[in-house]
Amino acid sequence: MKHHLASAIAISLLAAIPASAQVAATVQNVPDMPYQAVPGFFHGIPAGDYLGEMQGIATNSKGHVFAFFRGPNTRLWEFDQTGKFVREIGKDFYGFMFAHSVRVDRHDNIWTVDEGTNVVTKFDPTGSKVLLVIGHHPDAAMGPIASPRGPNAPAEKYTLCRPTDVAWDMQDNIFISDGYCNNRVVKYDKDGRFLAQNGSEKVGKGDNEYNLPHGLQVDRAGNVYVADRGNARYVVLDNNLKWKTSYNNVGSAWSACISNGQHQYLFANNANPNGNPPGSWSRTGQIYKMELDGKVLGKFGNAGKLAPGFQVVHMFDCRDPDVIYTGEIESWRMQKFVLKGSK
Amino acid sequence: MKRFATLLLAAAAIVAVPAMAQEISFTASDPLQLPRNGFFGAVAGVATDSKGHVFVYSRTGTPVATLGGARPFVRAGSVLTEFDQNGKYVRSVGQNLYGALAAAAVRVDRNDNVWIVDTYSGMVIKFDPQLRIAMMLGRKPESVEVPAQPNAGRAPAGAPAASGMQSDLFEGPTDVAWDNDGNIFVADGTGNARVAKFDRNGVFVKSWGSRGSGNDQFSTARSIAVDGAGNVYVADRGNNRIQVFDNNGTFKSSITTAGNPQAICVSPGAHQYLYASNSNPANDLDSGGEIYKLELNGTVVGRFGRAGRVLKEFNGVNAIDCRTANQLYVAEMGNWRVQKLNLQ
Repeated sequence: MKHHLASAIAISLLAAIPASAQVAATVQNVPDMPYQAVPGFFHGIPAGDYLGEMQGIATNSKGHVFAFFRGPNTRLWEFDQTGKFVREIGKDFYGFMFAHSVRVDRHDNIWTVDEGTNVVTKFDPTGSKVLLVIGHHPDAAMGPIASPRGPNAPAEKYTLCRPTDVAWDMQDNIFISDGYCNNRVVKYDKDGRFLAQNGSEKVGKGDNEYNLPHGLQVDRAGNVYVADRGNARYVVLDNNLKWKTSYNNVGSAWSACISNGQHQYLFANNANPNGNPPGSWSRTGQIYKMELDGKVLGKFGNAGKLAPGFQVVHMFDCRDPDVIYTGEIESWRMQKFVLKGSK
Repeated sequence: MKRFATLLLAAAAIVAVPAMAQEISFTASDPLQLPRNGFFGAVAGVATDSKGHVFVYSRTGTPVATLGGARPFVRAGSVLTEFDQNGKYVRSVGQNLYGALAAAAVRVDRNDNVWIVDTYSGMVIKFDPQLRIAMMLGRKPESVEVPAQPNAGRAPAGAPAASGMQSDLFEGPTDVAWDNDGNIFVADGTGNARVAKFDRNGVFVKSWGSRGSGNDQFSTARSIAVDGAGNVYVADRGNNRIQVFDNNGTFKSSITTAGNPQAICVSPGAHQYLYASNSNPANDLDSGGEIYKLELNGTVVGRFGRAGRVLKEFNGVNAIDCRTANQLYVAEMGNWRVQKLNLQ
């Protein structure tokens, strides 16, 4: 009976998850992976300057780390492989208004996803040239505009609506999770021409439906893994965006990361947002390591206001599956972790 | 009924585009070099001067409004940048300029004065060749509306919007051009739907046009050019045509062979050509986007390009510079880029 009740509660949670709510993972008996934080790894930030809400964090092939965050303006900073601040990219750039994700493709091009301008921008590896712009920056208006009410406008091929993340397959096709006011995944070719979409502007919880697709990754075979945050599940699509399966046992599904290398792993992020009753942080916050087929291998980390706890991991990098960089939205913090013997 | 009218318009657009226009082969490059950490946003305007310097007027950010007062004030959002003939950065103007909110156009007159048109400040600003301010047309609204009002045109009390007022204030101006006497023609624009004529000293002479689809009417007056004889060409985007007027605004003819034009340019020299861009809208990369080369009477010489994101493709062309024969600069709103084209 008690078990039955717990199931009923879990189902009602799945039915309507507020954007801020926590979701306890249902997977059982997951081993804790030993790990070590690297305190003070990031350094050399110019005196008097600050990070802000850390939305995106990504490494390139040389180990440089790119951080995309919401300061007074949205900003993109580059750190070297020792964690030392190198420079700012795109100060006051037209495509930066409200950061959401940064990712680095296999050619080391830097891609930013901005949910204020509704634009995904591809920079060259030095961050000095814009190579591609996807989406449409809203025109300025002479005065504030009220937030739209009512149903979302129909999804369009070349207009994004608060996009959240970007990824690529080995043919350099572009996949975008879109987003807060569309509820779909879009595939473009390498030059940005529309190929396919899965989902629509409408919110849903069935197959081929999403409730805030909040992040995505693509494996080497071209399969697409979508963090369907509002439905607390990871959706797996094939390369043509045909529905394959979903994993719904690892918590809130805020964002995803797939590691490099011959044996790729899927990391899942059960983030721990604010606005919850006492005690709720003890049940969430961890990052899960999984096989691509959904088998859960281990977990590490926990919610916490103070480092090395997580105060809401928004995006994270796992290029090397034993080295995890996290960007935390509510602590304005970046951290580096080394997983021990997890290979 | 409205739907029927839209269908008719769509059908007219298909008929208007010549199916067999000759393809002009061309090469393209992206030659302008901004300083480290400098980027264009939506590029509204590009123009060259007599030395080959290139001026770009780009939206670089969203205008910023103040909060807390009874009236919100707004500033910043666009920058005018100068490059030399090799594409090397020279200087930028705009962050400290009261009228630079949302770029619409930059044009260089035959004395190398640089003119910018700003669609949201409603101003046309003339700089001398050293980029010192020489003359102002229009006036920036003191504060912005809460909530934002649609850009529906300034009108005399009691008159419907964009009804063709005689005024030297603009609403959503888009472009500026001059005849050989220095008379100034302002395309005004997307809020109003008219052309305003000023003499060389900026004295308001007259205005013509209102919103509509008849002769002397515009859906939007989106771009403007003047030929050596003083005829005025207006890109009437929304009505799929370029209207031609004499120097006093008397309707002469409509050119319907170049799609739905967003940017036009008349080249100098003894034999002048008219270039017109059938620019794709922001939400469609799969149709349109090509540029036409026309005789001044509207006969199509050829066409080139298509909508897209890579070099030799265009996304939302908003300006064409055609000072040098068969060498064009085009400004793209959608690709945040200026391309230099060489036509064969």
